[in-house]
Amino acid sequence: MNDKLYKVLLFIVALIMPIVCGGVVYALVTDAYDAFEHFGFFRFLTSSEWSYTEGAEQYGALPFITGTLMTTLLALVFCIPFSLPVALFVGEYFRDSRIAAVLSTVVDLLAGIPSIIYGLWGFYTLRPIIMALNISPQGSGILTASLVLAIMIIPYASSLSAEFIKMVPNDLKEGAYSLGATRLEVVRNVVFPVAGSGIFSSYVLAIGRALGETMTVTMLIGNTNDMPNSITATGNSMASIIANQFGEADGLRLSSLIAIGLILFLITAIINMVGKIMIKRARIA
Amino acid sequence: MKKILLSMMTLVVAMVIASCGGSSKNEGREAQELSGAGATFPLPFYNVVFEKFSEVNGDVVAYGGIGSGGGVRNLRDKIVDFAGSDAFLSDKEMCEMAEVVHVPTCMGAVVLAYNLEGVENLRLSGEVIAQIFAGDITMWNDERLVALNPGVTLPAEMIMPVFRSDGSGTTFVFTDYLTKVSKMWAEKYGRGKSVDFAVGQAAKGNPGVAGVIKQTKNAIGYVGSEYAFAQKIAYASIKNKQGEFVKPTAESISVAASGDMPADTRCSITNSDAEGAYPISTFTWMVIYKEQNYSGRSKEQAIATLDLLKYVLSDEAQVLTTEVHYAPLPAKAKELSMNNLKSVTYDGEVIGE
Repeated sequence: MNDKLYKVLLFIVALIMPIVCGGVVYALVTDAYDAFEHFGFFRFLTSSEWSYTEGAEQYGALPFITGTLMTTLLALVFCIPFSLPVALFVGEYFRDSRIAAVLSTVVDLLAGIPSIIYGLWGFYTLRPIIMALNISPQGSGILTASLVLAIMIIPYASSLSAEFIKMVPNDLKEGAYSLGATRLEVVRNVVFPVAGSGIFSSYVLAIGRALGETMTVTMLIGNTNDMPNSITATGNSMASIIANQFGEADGLRLSSLIAIGLILFLITAIINMVGKIMIKRARIA
Repeated sequence: MKKILLSMMTLVVAMVIASCGGSSKNEGREAQELSGAGATFPLPFYNVVFEKFSEVNGDVVAYGGIGSGGGVRNLRDKIVDFAGSDAFLSDKEMCEMAEVVHVPTCMGAVVLAYNLEGVENLRLSGEVIAQIFAGDITMWNDERLVALNPGVTLPAEMIMPVFRSDGSGTTFVFTDYLTKVSKMWAEKYGRGKSVDFAVGQAAKGNPGVAGVIKQTKNAIGYVGSEYAFAQKIAYASIKNKQGEFVKPTAESISVAASGDMPADTRCSITNSDAEGAYPISTFTWMVIYKEQNYSGRSKEQAIATLDLLKYVLSDEAQVLTTEVHYAPLPAKAKELSMNNLKSVTYDGEVIGE
């Protein structure tokens, strides 16, 4: 009897999560409906106009989709040269050594820092440096946001990559060594090909994290609603435009913001799903 | 252990006494919890006033600084006792909801804060401000700026305009002024809580804009006066209708309201005719429903809401305005508001008397 009760309880609790998730999707879709109906789904996605003029309101998501993609991809580019060496250091070269344990703990610590702290650091430290280097006159912009985002996603990419690098069978590596391969050749020809899809999936998950980052980006991206025309330009990401404007928005504008939220939700869900599938495949292989 | 118990006991006793002391002053009714939301512009003033009100009356007021638009939306959804707004409700907004009463609570100004090394007293005119924010004037040593600032060396640097990324009453007041003084601005941008600025960068909230200006060389932006005063950022003198260059002070802001005022107090006082007036001055309002029985509110809560508004209008509260860098209401605004509050009802019964 007790066991049965427990089972039922477990079932109910487990059921709540999908219901909550479904509820979120339902609420997003119903509230975003107005915007899609008014502007048309594809026009909403491809219009770069974001104009509040009363009576002639025009809301399009393209500048923000672009802003999100630019910050995320740049962050990824900046993150790889740091996260990959850290993963190799921890997972291969100094595997199971004390220094590797210290390094991986420190890097993992980065993941625990609240995003507002990254934002403050970016605002008060990085921004003046960008201005002093004359990279951009106003300091804030897509580049600044990407640099800080890159630091934020390093732990996500490196710790999972290290796990996959550790999982490469010793037999394979020893085989390569016995053929006279150097360490670098082993890494290049054995470790990377074997752990490749796992490493790739860890970056996919890191992207998922960068896509939705709000606070840091809002503080650093400059918050303008035009299409960014260079990487140093100011812009807005999907998350930051919502954070900036939901407080005052109503009617069509609120619906448009929620529509952007829905699109962001879908993109993040797809990216995460791809990452999960790839991890599964990598583990089986 | 005994000591701790004893001190806890005294604490409880003290609290009981304190709460009794509070409720005794509001004519026997129970202390209420009031909630409001809206403008961040008067937030520093409200923080002080609401605390004083709690001390005097026992009622507790929670105010969320979520922006004027958000506050009005909350009032429309009937989930707050009052909304704070820097922009009075438009006729269209008034039509969409039950009848409301506007009560101006204090006056403030929008200042042009800037970050220019070695320039202590920048002088600007409305037309020039409009041209800066429209991207027509891009350099600090532009001849139009030099002409306004004889004897001041302005650097040959790019101007970095900063504006609000979120919808805001401050933006409304600022663009309301620009719309009045610049034909170009009126045609291209107009006034609103959110405006499509052509150049510059944006930051969230008054503190955000103030922070960016402070951190960015050659920046200029508009912020609520108290934020510029509190953060000690330099701000410009603005040329008013009389041709004088005026700094925002409690006096120059109050003077701006010396003109006529409609009975419902909904009026813009930017670009005032008065001599010595700071041209980007504004009232900030609290807005309540005329019929106070909604969303299951009790009559006591309605009366507490009125008590709060009357307290804010009282001399006792108004003297606090200058302490936190606002300006007190002119007598006329207080008189009109007291009159308007008299018409407030609960279930049709007049409770404002």
